[in-house]
Amino acid sequence: MTAMKPTLPPLTERSNVLRWLRRNLFGSWMDALLTILGALIVYWVVKGFLTWALVTADWRVVAANMRLLMIGQYPIAQAYRLWIGLAFLMFLSGNSLGIWARQSRFGPVLLLAPALLALLPFGAEPRKWLIILTVTGLAGWGLGLLRPEVLKRSVIAGWVISLPIFILLTRGFSESASGFMPAVQTNLWGGLLLTFLLTVVGILFSFPIGVLLALGRRSELPVIRLASVGYIELVRGVPLITILFMAQLMLPLFLPPNVTIDRVLRAMVGITLFSAAYLAENVRGGLQAIPKGQFEAAHALGLNGAQTMIFIILPQALRLIIPILVGQFIAVFKDTALVAIVGLLDLVGIARTVLAQPEFLGRQREVYAFISLIYWLLSYGMSYLSQQLEERLGVGKR
Amino acid sequence: MTQDPDTIISVHDVHKWYGNFHALKGIDMDVKRREVIVIFGPSGSGKSTFIRTINRLEEHQRGQIIVDGIELSHDVRNIEKIRMETGMVFQQFNLFPHLTVLQNITLSPIQVRKWSRQKAEEIAMQLLERVGIPDQANKFPGQLSGGQQQRVAIARALAMQPKIMLFDEPTSALDPEMIKEVLDAMVELAKSGMTMLVVTHEMGFARAVADRMFFFDQGQIVESGTPDQIFKSPKEERTKLFLSQILSH
Repeated sequence: MTAMKPTLPPLTERSNVLRWLRRNLFGSWMDALLTILGALIVYWVVKGFLTWALVTADWRVVAANMRLLMIGQYPIAQAYRLWIGLAFLMFLSGNSLGIWARQSRFGPVLLLAPALLALLPFGAEPRKWLIILTVTGLAGWGLGLLRPEVLKRSVIAGWVISLPIFILLTRGFSESASGFMPAVQTNLWGGLLLTFLLTVVGILFSFPIGVLLALGRRSELPVIRLASVGYIELVRGVPLITILFMAQLMLPLFLPPNVTIDRVLRAMVGITLFSAAYLAENVRGGLQAIPKGQFEAAHALGLNGAQTMIFIILPQALRLIIPILVGQFIAVFKDTALVAIVGLLDLVGIARTVLAQPEFLGRQREVYAFISLIYWLLSYGMSYLSQQLEERLGVGKR
Repeated sequence: MTQDPDTIISVHDVHKWYGNFHALKGIDMDVKRREVIVIFGPSGSGKSTFIRTINRLEEHQRGQIIVDGIELSHDVRNIEKIRMETGMVFQQFNLFPHLTVLQNITLSPIQVRKWSRQKAEEIAMQLLERVGIPDQANKFPGQLSGGQQQRVAIARALAMQPKIMLFDEPTSALDPEMIKEVLDAMVELAKSGMTMLVVTHEMGFARAVADRMFFFDQGQIVESGTPDQIFKSPKEERTKLFLSQILSH
């Protein structure tokens, strides 16, 4: 007990900036050295980036090609259909936020984002539509706040039909050019629009297939189990790009010459089948985490195998793996960039055609920085939503 | 096959193996309607395995089990019928953590018995009233104490209106101060005339409501009789030794 120091600093000591600096950043010679070195590196990087972004970079390449980057060669006369589709999604988002996330600060920010974007130097037409987006979003939000109970069912129904509606609007109805909403062939779909559709279709369709594969892998019937294991291991054993090449280049060789399958559709199928195999393994992990007692209790109550899965096991298993699932959805989103290699004009593909324009030669940095920003914004958005979802679903359950 | 109409469970020469381990070595037991049976014995004696063969959570490999006139076989429909007639309460409660108390209780009546939601909820509330926790209906299992969870589990099993209730060590995972509230619910159930098979070491419960007791050891029934016979004049040395061990502490 000899070395005990009699006085410790009081716990409520007031800290000012200088004291904090000394304690945390300049505690010793070594600390001071590292602090200064670190500050220099940060200064150098930030200064370099800001100088480039604000002075050197010529952002006209992005401004001039905004439409290409967003929707590719989609005819401008038909672009209003995409805006209508977006407005519908915006209304549903606002409505959902009003019903389920009334306290969230994220909601109004999301709804006001299009109006803020309208401040950027876009043309008059996009500006008008961006403002309409905010208005419909806010309208949905307000309705959701006012009548949450009444609108719950309709908003869920709305989400269910949202993808078919969006695709129908994008694709169009009548085959003649003068008819109502003339068809726009998929080779004209491009940019963020194509990336978005590939991602959403990939996620939505790979999810049920993945769950079925995971269940199949645990099946007691050898045929189903072996087929599932075989599929999963085969697909997980090859890179996505080879599957895309197979779909784009090999498939036509096996089909009769007059049968053609749409190239975008082939990419969608490839991405879906690829993602399903990974999803199956994630779902299997979740299924294995459910205690045996849950199966026993369900069986003892007379529930059959399918009822046990649907009502007891899957809801718990999927909740457990939300973070993994979202991680995979983000991966699907970014993996769609590979379709550029097989010649589709998604965000990356269209960026390459933009860079091939003679007046914008050598502007790779600006274009790639811009599309990186888009990828980051949307990935982070998904990640943020999943955190909200986890918090919401986790309350009081464990 | 002739059978006493008053016999609801008839077990004859049931054997079960786990690999090379012979877990049940020829169990014979007949249970009459409204009887309360207590099964006790050292751990690993096969008593839990036995009670779980009755609703086919464990499969028996030899012998015959007839529940309410239906023989347990590989026929899935028979298994489903028997499971509708037998409720089970587990040591670890096994409530569904993602559903509220009310949803836990109503799920199976709605999905299996095809009752309307309204009817299922009415009966669920009556049962919660009966086990003394109607105010917890909209909470999740994780928000309840162990004793409350086990009472929900009892209500959940009863909601299917079973003819037989199986209890697999229902109080073994509970803190001592919560055992009584669960036992009270079970005593009330026994007095209402339910046929019950209870694996337990709660000898007070056995004395109060059991009609017969079975002592299991090493996969066999060593001794059976009324609580009076078992407690006052056990015939077998192993029964005496085991009772002295669990009653002395």
